[in-house]
Amino acid sequence: MNGLADEDLALLLLIRCFERKLLALFAQGELNGTTHTCLGQEYVPVSLRPLLRDSDWIFSNHRGHGHYLARFDDPEGLLAEIMGRKGAVCDGVGGSQHLRRGRYLSTGVQGQSLPVAAGVALHLKRHEPGALACAYIGDGTWGEGAVYEALNMAALWRLPLLVVVEHNGIAQSTPTSAQMAGTVAGRAAAFGVRHHALDDLDVAAVRREVAPLIEEARTDPGPLVLEFRTHRLGPHSKGDDVRPPGAPLIDWYAAYRAAHPAQSARIEAAAHDRVERVAAEVAARPPASWGGS
Amino acid sequence: MRVGENLNRALHGLLRDDSSVYVLGEDILDPYGGAFKITKGLSERFPDRVLATPLSEGAIAGAAAGLALAGEKAVVEIMFGDFAALAFDQIMNFAAKSVTMYGRRVPMPLVVRCPSGGHRGYGPTHSQTLQKHFLGVPGLSLFEVTPFHDNRAVLDRMLALGEPCLLFEDKVLYTRPMYGEGAVDELFAWRPVDDVAVVELADGGDPDYTLIVPGGLVHRAVSAMRTLLLEHDLAGALLVPSRLHPFDPAGVPELVPLLARTGLVCVAEDGTAGGTWGEHVAAGLHTRLWGTLRRPVALVSSAPSVIPTAVHLEREVLVQDTTIRSAVLEGLHG
Repeated sequence: MNGLADEDLALLLLIRCFERKLLALFAQGELNGTTHTCLGQEYVPVSLRPLLRDSDWIFSNHRGHGHYLARFDDPEGLLAEIMGRKGAVCDGVGGSQHLRRGRYLSTGVQGQSLPVAAGVALHLKRHEPGALACAYIGDGTWGEGAVYEALNMAALWRLPLLVVVEHNGIAQSTPTSAQMAGTVAGRAAAFGVRHHALDDLDVAAVRREVAPLIEEARTDPGPLVLEFRTHRLGPHSKGDDVRPPGAPLIDWYAAYRAAHPAQSARIEAAAHDRVERVAAEVAARPPASWGGS
Repeated sequence: MRVGENLNRALHGLLRDDSSVYVLGEDILDPYGGAFKITKGLSERFPDRVLATPLSEGAIAGAAAGLALAGEKAVVEIMFGDFAALAFDQIMNFAAKSVTMYGRRVPMPLVVRCPSGGHRGYGPTHSQTLQKHFLGVPGLSLFEVTPFHDNRAVLDRMLALGEPCLLFEDKVLYTRPMYGEGAVDELFAWRPVDDVAVVELADGGDPDYTLIVPGGLVHRAVSAMRTLLLEHDLAGALLVPSRLHPFDPAGVPELVPLLARTGLVCVAEDGTAGGTWGEHVAAGLHTRLWGTLRRPVALVSSAPSVIPTAVHLEREVLVQDTTIRSAVLEGLHG
């Protein structure tokens, strides 16, 4: 794999360490409710980070911690949200999968964000040309009718809508082969929507490959579906992985660490320490207070 | 002026006065102008902000919420209010929740117009009045068009709330005239109290009974009141709120005498019986006015049934003026 700038690797490993810490906190009974980690998929939002602008809107989903941390260097606010502590991004009301900060917004219902993103994209096209609405969805999301209603509308109205599909091959417990007839590419083609699939896990290669496509989506508005064929290393939420133990899982970081051991060790140690400090500091905060309904 | 024309003019005025307003819906462009012609002329005048959509109620509501999120305002037409079921997730789980679920209030100026009600032979899936399915959703207000409330003021109020609103519009009402100031007919007069239109006998006095109905039932209610007066010597008052939910008539001091010093309060609505708006209003009145109410609040709904297409069968299921009259007589004397 190509070497990464320290900054990129630091962000990737911040996300990884953050997610690992969440699973550990759950195991210790320190967290309430549920969470969905993006272990293995960290490189997707990190690759896209320099290609997205502050003026772009980002719509995230249930598996969104990486999306948030790639947008905001704010593990404190995110963990406080998940732990219900003071300083939480959304006062502890939204939790892991309902975050809003500026032009970043996540929702917990599959497919729900795409029509909303289309509406935002309509506004952007008219008032802020060049900006786009980026919505992260998964392979399972393609079972929802809202996806097709929104794609149709966005294609008809030529809206600057970037749909990032994190196709990790498994929807909660259901493999893609058991829940999707045909392909994402075929479905995009049916609407005359641009589609590009990537298997690469290399951040620099991904950026090279998608940068001109995203630029085109800005200057020649219309939806673009970027399908990352990626790999979910962890469970759907926590302790609910029914895949056979020992099944081979593809991990970008295993490959990277093998190729760049010294840099990896140094930056992973720093990321680990940072997350530990954040967790200790946030856990000691008082409960979040909500101004009310 | 007819109610439909008043609503059409309200939309014209809204689009003219506020360049952030969009109107979205199916078949709303000229020359068609919408299935009920309420959007007539809008697209010719405001082609950039009056958008005809695919048949995608979920995406229409979602895109409208997206516009609202981005700082615009949106008015959605659901061709038949029955189809709001197709937009339920966007309305209930996104637009309404977004107002508060992100910790700090997110303004969501969004109106979903729902042409509703029967008496036109459109059958089980094109004749319903679905208020009860949207009751009690945090962050969601329900309004209904009435022949008393100017629709421009109602639209302005809904958008100013900064939370999604459903506007129910009885299809039969579109062709009925708006009541001007004061007179309803030679017997009854009306006046606004808070957001409630109060219809009473022109010569006043405490009523024998008080009706509470949404706008779509006004003409049937007034017809029942005429008969009750002329044939049974019973004087009635009628309360018609613009906002159906939240709605707390006992919280309006000027309305309390009409509720507490009357022989019977009866809430009538077009929704099917069971888990209704009227039951919710009645529960509030029982709680607030316990000890002063003379009798339990009487309820009138459509039958707990699908709404048949054939005219004679539809009539048996839907609320008629005679249904209201019978409920009042039974409530007072039964």
